[in-house]
Amino acid sequence: MNAPNVGILPLFLASILTSNILLANFLGTCSFISISKDFKSSMGLGLAVTMVIGICAAICWAVLNFLIRPLAIEYLSFIIFIIVIAGVVQMLEMIIDRFSPSLYMALGIFLPLITVNCAVLGVILFLQIRNYNFLQSVIFGFGSGAGWWLAIMLLAAIRTKLDKNNAVPAGLKGTGITLITIGFMAMAFIGFSGMIAVQ
Amino acid sequence: MSPARKVLREGLWSNNPIFVQVLGICSTLAVTNNLSNTLVMVLGVTFATAMGSWTLSLLKDLIPRKVRMIVQVLVLSFYVIIVDILLKAYQPAISKQLGPYVGLIITNCILMGRAEAFAAANKPGLSFLDGVANGLGYGWVLISIAFVRELLGFGTFFGLKVFGEGFTPWTIMVMAPSAFFLVALALWAANILKAKAEAAAKAPKPKAPGAASPAPAKQ
Repeated sequence: MNAPNVGILPLFLASILTSNILLANFLGTCSFISISKDFKSSMGLGLAVTMVIGICAAICWAVLNFLIRPLAIEYLSFIIFIIVIAGVVQMLEMIIDRFSPSLYMALGIFLPLITVNCAVLGVILFLQIRNYNFLQSVIFGFGSGAGWWLAIMLLAAIRTKLDKNNAVPAGLKGTGITLITIGFMAMAFIGFSGMIAVQ
Repeated sequence: MSPARKVLREGLWSNNPIFVQVLGICSTLAVTNNLSNTLVMVLGVTFATAMGSWTLSLLKDLIPRKVRMIVQVLVLSFYVIIVDILLKAYQPAISKQLGPYVGLIITNCILMGRAEAFAAANKPGLSFLDGVANGLGYGWVLISIAFVRELLGFGTFFGLKVFGEGFTPWTIMVMAPSAFFLVALALWAANILKAKAEAAAKAPKPKAPGAASPAPAKQ
């Protein structure tokens, strides 16, 4: 099986803009909605998610190609990926705690949440299905993370204005209007799709 | 109200995973432009939630608190793998279309949410029922959304043509934004119905708040 013939730069841009992991693939919506209330937390979570996805993409690519495929244990891949993700998150937590307590204070509460963020597992399953090579996997991982980060920052910025607005109907306040906002953002991001198309 | 009925009612309506908890829309919303895929995903989620809650409820006294999360994830992924293997064996076409989204049931927040919020403190039988109720409560909302998206996006119902030749498909319904809009509209409808039910309950002669499902929101 060969890796798809995709350039690095188009892949990176596509994973941020046209096939944004959140706005086009709906992954990571849960924490997206709950955290985006606060701009500062969004910033922290976005950074943490980007790091975790990038690192996990690299490790899972290696695990997939040197462990899962040679041993033909594809049926166990979900469990193995989840363990890798949980392990990476745990290690990252310890490393950050050791070397940068201030960053730990900022990210600490978000890190455990990332284990069950669908975006991380989603990226890994996509790179398995699409057969990316190592470089493509890492780029796709960081790109998707950055795309998620961009989306949550934009939404958090919009929400700080939106929550002050009283014109929103009572039944639509909070989650409802947030979902509609995400819908409009997704429409805006579809506008990029003429530029690059990478699947 | 008996505990079993209460659990069912909460899962299907008053504490519906989508309307109240806003959980788990990640992995399943992506497949709602097609009714049969949605149906398969909903059944998968229901199966995994129910069996996962049941197992975790059985194991709850054996799991040390420190490794609770990882044990939960492992148990849940075990059931998701069963779903995946069954699909690959019996519905290879659908399995291919769903792609990574079957595996993503593992990180569907509903599974973890129910394991943590309900199964950790209740008996196995009731936890199983709670899983079924939440899976179905989540399911009927998504199936309503898929119904609207497939009908308007492709002009079909389970792949059968509904409209005549003159029908122009709504491209937006096939694409991602419409799913967000429809969930928001469904949420809005649910909130209005709830507010009405509350107002009715406060009125001197309270009407029983109907557990009937609201019509799926139309655009």
